[in-house]
Parts: sequence; C-alpha cells; structure tokens
Amino acid sequence: MNLRPESLVYELSSPGRECVSLPSCDVPSARPPAALLRDKLELPELDELSLVRHFTRLSQKNYSIDTEFYPLGSCTMKYNPKANEAAASLPGWRNAHPLAGDEFSQGSLEIIHSLQSWLCEIGGFAAGSLQPAAGAHGELSGVLIIRAYHEARGEHGRRLMLVPDSAHGTNPASCTMAGFRIKAIASDAEGGVDMAALREILSGPEASEVAGIMITNPNTLGLFDRNIEAIAAAVHAAGGLVYGDGANMNALVGILRPAEVGIDVMHFNLHKTFSTPHGGGGPGAGFVGVRSDLVDFLPGPIVAKGEGSSAAAYSLAMPARSIGRLKSFYGNFGIILRAYVYLRMLGPEGLRSVAENAVLNANYVKVLVEGTYKVKYPRRCMHEFVAQGDIAEGVHTLDIAKRLIDLGFHPPTIYFPLIVPEAIMIEPTETESKETLDEFAAALLQIAEEAKESPELLHAAPTTTPVGRLDEVAAARNPVLCYKG
Amino acid sequence: MPYIAATDNERKAMLERIGAASVEELFSVIPASARFPKLKLPLPLSEMEAMREIESLAAKNLCASTSAWFLGAGAYYHFIPAVVDALSSRGEFLTAYTPYQPEVSQGTLQAIFEYQSMASALLGVEVVNASHYDGATALAEAVLMAYNASGAATGLASGGRDKAIVCADLDPEYKDVMRSYASAFPIRLEFLDLPPEAAAIRSDDSTFCVVVPYPSFSGTLGDIAAAATSAHAAGAFLVVHTDPIMCGLLKSPGEMGADIVAAEGQALGNPMSFGGPFLGMLGSSAKLVRKMPGRLVGEAKDAQGRRGFVLTLTAREQHIRREKAVSNICSNQGLAMLRACIYLAAMGRSGMRKVAELCWSKAHYAAGLIAALPGFAVPALGSKQEFFKEFVVLTPIPAAEIADKLSRRGVVPGFPLSRYYPERTHELLVCVTEMCTKGQIELLARSLEEAAE
Amino acid sequence: MKIDPNCRYRSSHEYARKDGAEIVVGISDHAQESLGDIVFVELAEVGKTVAQGDAIGVVESVKAASDIYAPVSGTVVAANGELAGDPALLNKDPYGRGWLVRIAPSKAAEWEGLLDPAAYEKEAAKE
Repeated sequence: MNLRPESLVYELSSPGRECVSLPSCDVPSARPPAALLRDKLELPELDELSLVRHFTRLSQKNYSIDTEFYPLGSCTMKYNPKANEAAASLPGWRNAHPLAGDEFSQGSLEIIHSLQSWLCEIGGFAAGSLQPAAGAHGELSGVLIIRAYHEARGEHGRRLMLVPDSAHGTNPASCTMAGFRIKAIASDAEGGVDMAALREILSGPEASEVAGIMITNPNTLGLFDRNIEAIAAAVHAAGGLVYGDGANMNALVGILRPAEVGIDVMHFNLHKTFSTPHGGGGPGAGFVGVRSDLVDFLPGPIVAKGEGSSAAAYSLAMPARSIGRLKSFYGNFGIILRAYVYLRMLGPEGLRSVAENAVLNANYVKVLVEGTYKVKYPRRCMHEFVAQGDIAEGVHTLDIAKRLIDLGFHPPTIYFPLIVPEAIMIEPTETESKETLDEFAAALLQIAEEAKESPELLHAAPTTTPVGRLDEVAAARNPVLCYKG
Repeated sequence: MPYIAATDNERKAMLERIGAASVEELFSVIPASARFPKLKLPLPLSEMEAMREIESLAAKNLCASTSAWFLGAGAYYHFIPAVVDALSSRGEFLTAYTPYQPEVSQGTLQAIFEYQSMASALLGVEVVNASHYDGATALAEAVLMAYNASGAATGLASGGRDKAIVCADLDPEYKDVMRSYASAFPIRLEFLDLPPEAAAIRSDDSTFCVVVPYPSFSGTLGDIAAAATSAHAAGAFLVVHTDPIMCGLLKSPGEMGADIVAAEGQALGNPMSFGGPFLGMLGSSAKLVRKMPGRLVGEAKDAQGRRGFVLTLTAREQHIRREKAVSNICSNQGLAMLRACIYLAAMGRSGMRKVAELCWSKAHYAAGLIAALPGFAVPALGSKQEFFKEFVVLTPIPAAEIADKLSRRGVVPGFPLSRYYPERTHELLVCVTEMCTKGQIELLARSLEEAAE
Repeated sequence: MKIDPNCRYRSSHEYARKDGAEIVVGISDHAQESLGDIVFVELAEVGKTVAQGDAIGVVESVKAASDIYAPVSGTVVAANGELAGDPALLNKDPYGRGWLVRIAPSKAAEWEGLLDPAAYEKEAAKE
C-alpha cells in the first residue's frame, strides 16, 4: 500500500502544461459569439507522466479484490474475471451506438436477449428486463411493476408495502420513490419473518391496503427463511404480490428458482452474483424478472427475438403496458456483456458449484469463529453469516474492523443488519481458497485475544494505512466538497 | 470449475470441520420439491472458445470506428485518450468496492473528490455529487431535488408548489424517465414547446422549478441567463441539462444562474457502449447540498492532522434515512466517474477548450455544406440560432430512408427524428464531433446529395 | 441519562417546557446521546402552524437522522438560529442552549397528555 500523502491533481498543476494531443482544425475555423464564451475554466494542467504517476499512486492506496480478501456481507465480493474485461474491450462493443438501428446492432441485441433468457431461467421467471442500472434501480422497477399491476385491476387503495425490519435501506427508500407507505415487520427468534405479526397485519384493518411484501431470501442475516412458501401464500391470499430482493442470489443459483417458491417479481445484481467489477462503487446493473401475468409491465425497451422468416433477428420492443423507461437506452450494456461472458464460461453446473462453494465457505468460516464471536442465530447459514463484535469491555465492532485492516484484510460489513447489535456480516464467496479463509479466521481470533490483552491495538487501528481514522463529524459539520485553490 | 479455488480434498476437510456429511446437506433447508433444479442453460465454453464467440458477435455490430459517424442524440463519439483506459483498468480501482472504510479507500475517495472539484468548475456550480446512473436519471433526480428543496415535500417550510415547467425540446427518453420518476409524487410536469427564456416566463407561484436544456435536443442554444431571471422572479429554481464538452468552451449554466445543473458525462472519457454504462452528472449551489441525492466525498483530517477524504453527509442516504431518504440511490457509476476524472485531468483547461472548438468548427462547416445541397435545409442557420455540435437537417426524402441507405455504405449520417416523433419524417439530427475529419464531412455531404436523387 | 424535571416528554424523545406563554421544544439528553455528534439541524419556518405530532425538524448525526415531532399544537414563534453554526450545542446542553423551537400553544389540554419526567425516564430506560 502506498502510504505517502498524494497531492490533489490541482496541486500538481502548472500553468502551460499539456497532456493530450489533438489534431489541428482541418476545416475553416468558426467561433461562437463572444458573449457566449466562458472567461476561465479552472481545470488542472498536467503533463502526461505526472498524470500517470498521480493516478497510479492513488490506485495503490486502495484495498481491492485483486489485492486483498474482501468479505463484505451482502456485497458478494467474488473475483472479477479478466476474461470479462478482455471481452468488453473489443471496439465492436465500445463503439456501438444505441440508436444505430436494430439491423446494425444484432451483436449487442443478441447479448442482451441471451442474458435476459438465462437470468429468467435461473430465477424461474417468464420474462425480464436488463434496463435497470443497479440493484436499487431494479428494486424501483419491481415496486413500480407491483403498483402498475394493482392499478390495472382497479385496486387503487393498495399503497402499503410490508418490509422486514432486517431489510436493506434501499427497500423502504425504493418504496417511497414509488409512492408506497411502508410497514415494518418484526423478525422472529430464528431471524426470519415473524409469521404471527405477518398474519395479524394481513387480517387486520390495513389488509386491503397491502400491495405486497419485499423479501430478501436468504435474508440479511444470511439465513434461508423456511417460511418462504407460507409467506408468499399468505400475501397472495390477501391480494398482494411478493417482491424478491435478489442481493443474496449467490446462495441460490442452481439451488432454487425463487419463482418456484412464490416470488412474483425479483431483481438480481449483476455486480454481485454475476461477477461484474465493483469499480469503487459502480457501475452495476440490475435485472428485474417477473411471473407471466406481469410481463407487460416490465420497464423497457427490452430485446425480443423474431419468429418466422426473421427468426434470427433480434429487435427492441416496449412491453405492452410498460411502467416506462427508468433510464435512457437499454441498460448498462458493458456490464451486461461481462455477465454474459461469465455465464457462458460457467454453464449450469458451474453455477451450481458457485452456490455450493459460497455456502460451504461461509459455514466453514462461521464454525471457526463462532466459539469466540457470538453468532446470534447459530443454525446453518447460507452464503454469509452475522457475528457480533461485543467480545470485550470497551471494544466495538468498529475497532475490530479497523484492526483487521492492519492484518491485511478488508473489513466485513459492519453495523448491518440493524437488528443485530455490533453486527459483523461476513461473506467469503466461492472464489477464495481455504488458506485465505483459515488466515482470516485466525486474524479474527487474534483480534479477540488482543481485545482482552491489549485493546489499545484495536483502538489505535488502523496504523498501516495512509491515514488513520478520520474525523467524520467535523467533515459533516463543515463540509469541504471540492478544491478551493 | 472456473474461478473456484477449493479442491475436492479441501471441500472434504471443510465439511468435516463443519460437521456436515455432504454439500447437499447444507441446503436441507431449501424446500425439497424445488431444490437443485436442472437449469436449461448452454453448456460452458472454455475462455478461448468464449472469446471467439464474443468476437464473432461483436463483428455483427456497426461501429463508429469503422464508419464516417454523424449520429449523436444522447450518445456521443468523442476521443478517449489512452491514459483513461490504462489507468482506470488498474485492478486496485476496478475491483475495489464502495469506499465505506475510508482508510483503505483513499485512492477511490480522492479520485471522487478530484472529479467533484473538476466537474464543479466545468458546470459552474459549487457542489457536484459522485454521479448518477446517466444524464436522464440525473435530470429526473434534479427535479425531485428541486421539489424537496422548495419545501413542498417535507412540509418544513411553507411549500405548496407542485408544478415543474419543462422545455419540450429535450431528449424524449429523458422526458420519459422524468415522468417515471415523478409519477410517485404529487408533481405536475408541464411540457412547453418554447425555448428556455420563453418557458421560464410562464413560471407562477405554483412552479417549483423550470427545466431547460442547453443545448436542446435539436442542438440549439437558448438564453439561460434570461431563463434564470424569470424563474427566480417567480420563486422557482432553474434546472439546466447541459453538454459537458460544450462547457469547456461556453459559459457554464451555473455561471448564468442555474441553481441545479445535470448532464450526461459519457462524452468525458466513456465509450458509447450501446448505451451504458453512462455517467449522470448533478451539481448545485452549496445551499441546496443537503437535499442533493447520491454520494458526496468531503475532506477530513485524522488524529495526526493528515488530510484524507471520506463519504460525508450520508445521513441523507438510503442506508440511514431508509424510507425518508432523499433518493433510493445506493451505488454511483464509480468507474465511469473515474474515467471522466482522468479525462478531465488529462484534457485540462486547454484540451477541453480545443475539443469544443473542433466540434463547433466542424459542425458549422458541415451545416454550411449541407444547407447548400439542393432540397436540403438547416433551419438553425436560416434563423440564425446558435448551435454547438448537433443540428437538424430538413431532407427532401424521408430521413429514415437516407439513414438506412447510407449506413450500409459506411456513412452513418445522423438520427432520423421520426424514430421518436413519427410525424417528423423529413428531419435528420446530425452530430459532428472532433472525431470527424474534413474528408468524412465532405463525404457526408456528397452521400446525402446522392441519396436524395 | 439527564432528565429535566421541568419538562414533559413524548416517547419519541422530544421535550416540552413551559416558558411564559410559550413552549420550548427540544430533544432529551437520551436522544442526543444515541444520535451521537450532531452535524446538522433543520427546523420548521417561524410562523408555521403545526398540529401535535407534525414534523417540525430533522436532527442529523454522522450515523443517523431523526425526525422531530411537535409535542403540542400551535404556531412556531422562534427557531434556534445558533444551531446552524454550532450544532454541537445540542449535544452539550440539550435542555438549555440546545433548544430547537418555541411554540405558542393552541390547545392547553395537550400538556397533560405528555409524559411526566418519571414516566419518560422509565420508557427511555427500556431502550
């Protein structure tokens, strides 16, 4: 890791330096009216070598999957295959324009159509759209589809969405953006949806307002909710639909098709389960899949395959009663392409082995640490599990996370889900070797010892990074959000 | 199995440690009737075979690098310097996650801060966030931001304004996305077929914002300063959607009075890539920052006084506010934003200006040649409207026919507007960037003339 | 957990204290402690009419954001301008200089319905 302070690109700037070479103008020069011209443009001026050194040095201040184990629960930080990158770099993909016309875009359209079909097959859905740009975007599509479904049946009063208290924050936020009210449902002692609480709502005064339930299964505790079929049946009986948050699909690919246990609409995160790179926070891509009577509502355009004489021709089509466009064009094609390559190389058995190894690895790490770190729900986990960081007086999960950094690991997800105090959510993924898992577990056990014997090591951590813990309170009270010269 | 490290022996050892008899046993909780489905997916290919298949599929696409390319309309063919690919493809940037642990994410965080800084300068605003999915969603979120900031939503100030005036000469896909996003809120979108300054005059005390494009979808430039004056006089925010390449040369919307500026940042170092991933840019004056959706990176210090960068003002976001969040957005377009950051730093003030000047000169040269062709007209030239890199051409035969004919011959002449507006059959939107040579522009003019014969 | 004996409370942790004809509104010591260091406060406009239970502000820390609800109905007659420059006042002195708004109450009877200090202390202790 590069520990030296790195100047801002503005601080490396020197007047007159130039980097990019552009051709001179080969046509008569035309100028805008002077009144429209800007006087100054405060952008840095660097030579190319300084620019390259700057960003290279910056990159060396990051932990990444390519360099460290990254067991972030609910993020599925699996290896991002280089084959995906090689495929995506071809000029035929990069320089394809979305409005070139169906006939001139058959390569791109086939990629999208194939991935649409494969993801439907994986989930058990009748049709799907790859337009959403991310998981949260897929969620928004899903709840908008639910709203459109009820409106189409004249049920305008169904404005209440049920959301488990263990849910990811994007779930209630997406509901708000779709015009729903939210009712939180408690979790039971096993970490699943509290069935008594659910039945009470579904038979109570608000029952006729229920549009549906948003459910994550395996849930955010890494546990498979055994009651999924009963939950779906109860909500369906009350006239609602079941939305599945597919963030945790890495445990289910080739193991279970969510549509077969009552999920009506679901999103997948291509940047989680399907290996596309996280890029420091994006871009991702969301797939939204639906059961057959919701197909008309999908966001579009989506890709259709022709029949008859033009059987090979792919074309763009807007679903009949689509909720509309959720972004321009057809989705994050560059990401869709990477997921296509991944699936093309895995095949059906490869996919199943992804889930098998992901779940095996998680259970292995859990059994290595659960004697020392409390695991609130000790039953078999799926691809991730939640432990608690309250291992010693005065020591918090935050301290454990920062000490893990000093031992060369990216910390797991902390303080989520909200229903577990001092939560540490660990998701190893299937692409890690047993040695890595053993080293990580050993590090956690070492930290547990240090927490009792020499807690100052934890409180001072991290000490092997370019900066220590930052004063986030001061940063939020007096935000400095851009370079001011 | 590709990408799976564990060997059979290691799996056996792990199962033993876990106390499970088999891997199947780990899934005993899954309903038996649905467990282990046989997925009808194609059998796997080796990496070598997969790459061969990908290459042959890619060859089925018409691509800008092998044609004379004049098609824009929301996705643009601009030059991407080699440093952008080389630096952004480094594994430490590519495979890092969202920078929630700042001590091990200073590379990503500082890059975001640098992008925020350069984008602020470019768009002429005080704050820019770490990006949205694309220009369309950024503009839609800008409208929601204006709605929240006008107090109407929170009920904390005396609000009551529910109308957004929007210029109709905006990319139709953007209008669709805006409708989708606004549909959950009691917002009235009023589309007016007027230029910015005329639309803004229609603001009244029910208007919370006026949304204007600069340039418009047809490519023309309106009077943003006048629009700002009118909107502000009525107590409404001015939201401007702009072209970031154009901002390298012309006065920025922020400088001319826009409160919120949105843009499509794809042109800044990102390939067209069949429509995504793109880069939504969103910025505003500092006083609106707490209503701004999306990630923000701020400067911070550690206990030793060292400067670092950190995600800040996170209380606005979904993982804390949940249903009361300003937006549901979770990810940003990290890598696309990084590419834009490197592009802006590489171009610098002189490069950005040069690219825009090349676009302006070449577009005006092309417009002049085409306007001189028998049967063709360029309304912007005729009516002395200013335009940047795109302009509408009136064609003697349907534009879709021309586009089809020419595309087969390696000249993609532009976007037939009938694809969005069925009644506008004889209109072609032509885009000219720094990538078009004089020879290609002259080829375009000749080809158009021939096609119309 | 400091409880101000002169205040009455809502179970959502707002306090109300009579000061002449007006009610001073803020958040309890328990609330400021669970929120952590306050970074920003947003308050209703002076002159706004509110009903008991209406949102009258948002208090933000680094890790949480809490809506503030009016403990009584009435008109907002003042908002604490000092908090914009020094939100930490809320942490340091929640019952004094960290007050949020003053309300001219419209329904005197509501005061009786609020939790007395002992009842609030019992409820807050359960959390």
